[in-house]
Amino acid sequence: MAFPEPKPRGPELPQKRVKTLDCGQGAVRAVRFNVDGNYCLTCGSDKTLKLWNPLRGTLLRTYSGHGYEVLDAAGSFDNSSLCSGGGDKAVVLWDVASGQVVRKFRGHAGKVNTVQFNEEATVILSGSIDSSIRCWDCRSRRPEPVQTLDEARDGVSSVKVSDHEILAGSVDGRVRRYDLRMGQLFSDYVGSPITCTCFSRDGQCTLVSSLDSTLRLLDKDTGEMLGEYTGHKNQEYKLDCCLSERDTHVVSCSEDGKVYFWDLVEGALALALPVGRGVVQSLSYHPLEPCLLTAVGGSVHCWREEAYEAEGGTG
Amino acid sequence: MAALDSDSEEDLVSYGTGLEPLEEGERPKKPIPLQDQTVRDEKGRYKRFHGAFSGGFSAGYFNTVGSKQGWTPSSFVSSRQNRADKSVLGPEDFMDEEDLSEFGIAPKAIVTTDDFASKTKDRIREKARQLAAATAPIPGATLLDDLITPAKLSIGFELLRKMGWKEGQGIGPRVKRRPRRQKPDPGVKIYGCALPPGGSEGSEDEDDDYVPENVTFAPKDITPVDFTPKDNMHGLAYKGLDPHQALFGTSGEHFNLFSGGLDGAGNLLGDIGVNKGRKLGISGQAFGVGALEEEDDDIYATETLSKYDTILKDEEPGDGLYGWTAPRQYKSQKESEKDLRYVGKILDGFSLASKPLSSKKTYPPPELPRDYRPVHYFRPVVAATSENTHLVQVLSESAGRPRPDPGTHSRHQLNASKRAELLGETPIPGSSTSVLEFLSQKDKERIKEMKQATDLKAAQLKARSLAQKASSSRLQPSSPDTGPGSWHVALSGGTAATRASSFKPFVKDPEKQKRYEAFLVNMKRGQKDALERCLDPSMTEWERGRERDEFARAAVLYVSSHSTLASRFTHAKEEDDSDQVEVPRDQENDINDKQSAVKMKMFGKLTRDTFEWHPDKLLCKRFNVPDPYPDSTLVGLPRVKRDKYSVFNFLTLPETASSPTAQVASEKVPQPRGPDKSRKPSRWDTSKQEKKEDSISEFLSLARSKVGPPKQEAGPLVIREEEHETESPSDKNVSKGVDSQTEGEGSRPSMDLFKAIFASSSDEKSSSSEDEQGDSEDDQAGTGEADFRSSQEPDVVETSSVAASEPAAPEPAPSFPIQKMQMDEREAFGPRLPPVFCPNVRQQLEAPQKEKHKKNKEKHKTKKEHRRKKEKKKKHRKHKHKGKQKNKKLEKSSSSESVGSSGSSSAEEGTGGLSPQELLRRLKSLPLRRQ
Repeated sequence: MAFPEPKPRGPELPQKRVKTLDCGQGAVRAVRFNVDGNYCLTCGSDKTLKLWNPLRGTLLRTYSGHGYEVLDAAGSFDNSSLCSGGGDKAVVLWDVASGQVVRKFRGHAGKVNTVQFNEEATVILSGSIDSSIRCWDCRSRRPEPVQTLDEARDGVSSVKVSDHEILAGSVDGRVRRYDLRMGQLFSDYVGSPITCTCFSRDGQCTLVSSLDSTLRLLDKDTGEMLGEYTGHKNQEYKLDCCLSERDTHVVSCSEDGKVYFWDLVEGALALALPVGRGVVQSLSYHPLEPCLLTAVGGSVHCWREEAYEAEGGTG
Repeated sequence: MAALDSDSEEDLVSYGTGLEPLEEGERPKKPIPLQDQTVRDEKGRYKRFHGAFSGGFSAGYFNTVGSKQGWTPSSFVSSRQNRADKSVLGPEDFMDEEDLSEFGIAPKAIVTTDDFASKTKDRIREKARQLAAATAPIPGATLLDDLITPAKLSIGFELLRKMGWKEGQGIGPRVKRRPRRQKPDPGVKIYGCALPPGGSEGSEDEDDDYVPENVTFAPKDITPVDFTPKDNMHGLAYKGLDPHQALFGTSGEHFNLFSGGLDGAGNLLGDIGVNKGRKLGISGQAFGVGALEEEDDDIYATETLSKYDTILKDEEPGDGLYGWTAPRQYKSQKESEKDLRYVGKILDGFSLASKPLSSKKTYPPPELPRDYRPVHYFRPVVAATSENTHLVQVLSESAGRPRPDPGTHSRHQLNASKRAELLGETPIPGSSTSVLEFLSQKDKERIKEMKQATDLKAAQLKARSLAQKASSSRLQPSSPDTGPGSWHVALSGGTAATRASSFKPFVKDPEKQKRYEAFLVNMKRGQKDALERCLDPSMTEWERGRERDEFARAAVLYVSSHSTLASRFTHAKEEDDSDQVEVPRDQENDINDKQSAVKMKMFGKLTRDTFEWHPDKLLCKRFNVPDPYPDSTLVGLPRVKRDKYSVFNFLTLPETASSPTAQVASEKVPQPRGPDKSRKPSRWDTSKQEKKEDSISEFLSLARSKVGPPKQEAGPLVIREEEHETESPSDKNVSKGVDSQTEGEGSRPSMDLFKAIFASSSDEKSSSSEDEQGDSEDDQAGTGEADFRSSQEPDVVETSSVAASEPAAPEPAPSFPIQKMQMDEREAFGPRLPPVFCPNVRQQLEAPQKEKHKKNKEKHKTKKEHRRKKEKKKKHRKHKHKGKQKNKKLEKSSSSESVGSSGSSSAEEGTGGLSPQELLRRLKSLPLRRQ
């Protein structure tokens, strides 16, 4: 470092509820921030996908076209399109503005658990309980996937994409990382069915949550375990986990109605945020700010740090 | 412009031609539009100034050569009286007159070409150009051209002119005698101004013509003949790059004007020995700069002005000849001429060469051996390689020819390797077979290995076949050489024989084939009269001869194909059967090791598998990533072929693949489950079940839609399913203790189901009771639901046995269909989605469907079996009763914590499984719903 950086502020954890969205779409299967954190998507069990402004609490658009509940959704880097996957085994590419279905990719043999755009939104990667990840080309009109990654031995519960990697967690207890640049597949055995995986924001680590109520932080290159986070309850459900906006904390849903925050380095429980009575089934962390969205039952809560003051009027 | 009214204004001067006055009533002509103002040649042809051969750009209609149609096809007419004369058409026949005109490609008029244009013309032209240059808008613009184009009039000419030389004169000192007296002596050549010795001098004296004392004559202009012997393969007048020039550089030196200027005479003047180490300028072209050459300034013979002397200087570097040249090397061309004196005045700085020119050494042609026959004839070529030396010997001896001593091979019988051997060369590896030379070392090794392997096999085979052959042969049986020492023999000569035994060229004639085989055997053993011995003594001489040839040819053919081809090809290791299927080459294995590593939290190398993985090219493109394997057409993991029907390929978990019990399971033998047994049948095992269940479920769903959901049965059914889920062996999950047990409650596809379909009911009971035991063991962990469930178990057993006893019954009992459906509804594997506490009833109806996920870790193993079932049945289920799905929810709620159960309440459900809390909650939610 050429000059000392200003001392970073102590990380503030989002613990003040600033908004509650009553989504009205059945169970909210997933809540996802868009790429810049200004909007969020909620996937409902009533076959709809909704776009919200979470801070104002306004519903912007409802996307209907799925034949079954929507299980995951993602927004493209330019906010121009959305993709979603659901129980109807289809992966749908939406046009954000018009709300129309642009493409519907069929080919999965089972529910689509997770969908992701790649960096340039040219490919949609979808993981399904049919134990395959399919790479759908958004550019061409080909109905078949570009490639099917069927190395998983069991359902794929989570897929994440970096610029040249595909990270997939599977119920067979393995985290597989497909490195396109190196042409290699790294498979890390965790043992317990994996519910969620994600990259750290610096791209050096992967966070893996599994059904043994444990989150593990693995070194991406070597597969060594850097940290282990326990205390929450995750034994049956597919729950989300993530890292905070500056990689300072590990955040995970829990089946006891709380969201748990651990310090990433020390591994100590920093905060157990009571969210609701049910299972916190999905969460999403703002890419830049300490802002958290949690989904419990049919509603979504938006959490900010204590010092946060809502700007403008509330919608 | 002309003034029309010039008559009125007479004092005006008018220029140009006046337009014709318009006639009365005539409209003025329209001006020719621009597009019609085209350029035409004298024949009115459009835009045509050149012939078709000289650049006329549009041939064809109207511009065609000769006629409208182009070249007129000359009609061939020939009659008996009037023979058509064969006309040879030249290019001129296809040219049109522009091509033949003065500026065409083949001008008919005689034109002085550049080569013949007098140089004196140049002077005039130069004058004109100088004038033009002076008056040009840019004065001196042509100056550069004058300087740059010295080719017309080289500086050498200029210098000579300045020295008084005139065109037509020879070069050299002026002589006193009359030029015509110079009669070339036929014996002695005269070059330039070199005078023939002796006589000519005298002859001049004898001349009685008047010769003024002070008049000298220029020598005759004789183009010297270049006598440099051509000792190379280059084309005529080729001059290569002088390596001395290229390597040592002469950038500082001037070109020798005369070697450069007098182009053809360059060889004459500049020669190796005589020029006192002075380096000549480069002339000639080269195509590139070698890697070793440090300076490449002069390689391309670039001429720059700095290399020319533009003024006469006093101090001339070098010989001080001031540009005066005389032929030099010819003075001392021969030894005999050494004493020759230059008759004329020896110029300053000149000296007669003392060293003779080294003459080119010539070698006499080789002496031909006495028995050399300059005619080539072909004989049956048997290459004497190591593999068929026997054959060669045998052939030559059988034919009555003396066997050539290995030392004194006639050279026609030597091949390259033999000759090399004789010459003592080290053998070139792989030189015996040409294709092998191009193989890489690795490939060679590989081939060698394979060859060794096959040869080994062949040797064994041979021993066997020899034994058989020996017994069948009518010749004396030969004991197969099995000794270790003879192994090598078997490899070299023997393989040919054994292979040849499988190669049967004379199958149609069994007798002959037998003879042939005997011949091979004999030959292999080195018997000299192999051929003669095996031939049928009753045959005629002609037949014998023919058969001898045939056998020899067949043996050679076989050996060659064996040695050359067989080494390069191999039998397919795997048949291209449809029995083969591709499976990934690398399997993630060693689950046990990994589990223990996970237990010890030793993540890293122990838990990581790395595979080569080939992304699709398009995927790389979309990810903006270079293809890591650009040459590979493979996509995904590298695959290998395995037996299609091997169970192991399709076991979904690697560890089951290694367990022998998997096969048992695949055979669908109903067995009571032991704790260690893997109860994960492979995916294919369930196919029959699936089909059955499918048809059954269809039927059932139909029936159900009519009857309506029987609610009372729902409870036991649910529990039955629960029971399935709980029977998990937990042989894998080691590390979890209590957690694993609670997780162990997940649904597994239970052997019971299989038994229910395939086994008798008596088996069923015992196994289900075992299940219950296992269940209760699981429940010892202290989950609150254990009691609740165990109380239900008797019912479960009953229902299951009922269901099992009636798998094929066309009229299903009401409980049976429902149970089936419940099984089907377990659609999700892996972590299930959390239940929802939602006030909306409709949403609840949908949500519970999805909540049916197996909790158990173990359930993954069986997941695949169910997947198909599910997928098929899901369709039926979706449209049908949602009320039944509530039953399931009940089960869930009871097994999971209160949160989960809170969402599962519904008014229509049977109350059997409901806890008081749920009832309360339901009551609460009712008013909400109405809102």
